[in-house]
Amino acid sequence: MKLDSMYQEIILDHYRRPHGHGLREPFGAEVHHVNPTCGDEVTVRVHLSGGEGLDAKVEDLSYDALGCSISQAATSVAHDLLVGHTVGEAFETLDAYQTMVQGRGKVEPDEDVLDDAVAFAGVAAYPARVKCALLGWLAFKDAVAQAQGHQAQASGQTGGTA
Amino acid sequence: MTVLAPSTTGATLDVAEIRADFPILSRTVRDGKPLVYLDSGATSQRPRQVLDAERTFLETSNAAVHRGAHALAEEATDAYESARERIAAFVGADIREVVFTKNATEAINLVAYGMSNASIGDGVDPAAERFRLGPGDEVVTTEMEHHANLIPWQELCRRTGATLRWFGITADGRLDLENDPITERTKVVAFTHQSNVLGTVPPVEEIVRRARAVGAYTVLDACQSVPHAPVDLHALGVDFAAFSGHKMLGPSGIGVLYGRHELLEALPPFLTGGSMIEMVRMEGATYAQPPARFEAGVPMTSQAIGLGAAVDYLSAIGMDRVRAHENELTGAALLKLQDLPGVEILGPRSNEARGGAVAFSIDGVHPHDASQVLDDLGIAVRVGHHCAWPLHRAFGVQASIRASFHVYNTMEEVDALVAGVRRAQEFFGVLPPSEPLRGGSA
Repeated sequence: MKLDSMYQEIILDHYRRPHGHGLREPFGAEVHHVNPTCGDEVTVRVHLSGGEGLDAKVEDLSYDALGCSISQAATSVAHDLLVGHTVGEAFETLDAYQTMVQGRGKVEPDEDVLDDAVAFAGVAAYPARVKCALLGWLAFKDAVAQAQGHQAQASGQTGGTA
Repeated sequence: MTVLAPSTTGATLDVAEIRADFPILSRTVRDGKPLVYLDSGATSQRPRQVLDAERTFLETSNAAVHRGAHALAEEATDAYESARERIAAFVGADIREVVFTKNATEAINLVAYGMSNASIGDGVDPAAERFRLGPGDEVVTTEMEHHANLIPWQELCRRTGATLRWFGITADGRLDLENDPITERTKVVAFTHQSNVLGTVPPVEEIVRRARAVGAYTVLDACQSVPHAPVDLHALGVDFAAFSGHKMLGPSGIGVLYGRHELLEALPPFLTGGSMIEMVRMEGATYAQPPARFEAGVPMTSQAIGLGAAVDYLSAIGMDRVRAHENELTGAALLKLQDLPGVEILGPRSNEARGGAVAFSIDGVHPHDASQVLDDLGIAVRVGHHCAWPLHRAFGVQASIRASFHVYNTMEEVDALVAGVRRAQEFFGVLPPSEPLRGGSA
């Protein structure tokens, strides 16, 4: 049954016990994204350190989310997969993830890159749910852009502000 | 007069016979599941009679209407105007009071932009002065509106400097008539005839009475009433009303603006161009009488003819019987859903002054997730905020699940919905299974 292939146990686990949930300090940028078709919302904060651009390290991705199991679990998995990596690595993972969930089931996911996130491959069969799976991830991308924009503007200063 | 009163008559429809007219209802979805279509509030399905009317017109009489003098042009114009006449009669209006639009959204925008144009105050048309809005004036709407009957008024206020006010919603999903925002400053009162989420039918006559007492124009969103119950716009006494073809077994791409003739005669045009004119010079133009004044460009013709056929189809059944049938389904759905632990109805829980939209939430199951389980069973419902985001905010929820009915739905489909909701609760582990429905774990 397709339903089981979408709601894999790993997704339901992340939904019931999300990892890294809650908004934390310090953070370089905070963004609020909404899925206008269903009203789901996520607030994402990122804290970056060391290096510039793609070399910066994702020290933390903290979030508060209201939404369906897919959007909640996807944000939880994003926290697991992106924190502790450089921005460059995180964006590579994000690209692979986005390609998979937008692939209408025709993209073979790379488990080495995507780890737990391969569980979201089943979402690709339901175009209406792809936005749910991407909500937190694209908020992260936006937050990084804003954090680095702020850093660039405040050149010379360390520890960006929200 | 309660226009959408609950009916005491039982269902006397031969639903099986009706369903046979709707080819799509016999298809299967999601690996062979029979389709259970409970999303007519979003768009209804179309009977063969409507599809055939469009096809026959296009195969025999298609031409641009109100232009040309050849045989096809004459037949097409007659068919188009005949549709207008039957649609007008269907809602208790005169033929001159029915303007064809793309949909109800465009119809409401037509009124808002007409008023906006009247407010520019270029003095060209003194008759339009009655619609002028400016700072100090107020437009009243309600918290339960579809965005289509909210945002055009927000925008009209922004453009003219008028202020938007609104009726709130009570905890049981009725309009809060106690806290009445209508004052001497009110120029327009725009409200729904039946909430597309809650099913609530506000007391139209009372609101019209209050609006008239201060000289305000009333604009009724009749999208969810006209398809499901007898509606007499003259008897209701509203100034303007809007509804869409695709929610009443008709085509998409066709909607109706009703306006009292005297008002349409004074309202400035919204879209301008061909066929809405009386006389044109390089320096300026004068405009045709309504409804032509509001139908610029070659209109959607086969769609208007399809809507005429939909009105014939509904009239042949009888709108009293349509209402009685849907009322029975709604009553059963309300009772059976409320019997399920953890299921909360948004809006009136009884069938009083209420139409056939049943919105609900399930404790511990997000509406999107619930709809996925329902979809897997072949059940089509709407989830999200149903273009009524402020309404959902008022209830403190982001989204809800909505089942909505039409004349072709059956009691078995209500039961399928209830079983599907229970299945969703089991799937997400918020209710102990009554019987082993699923082999193995999720």
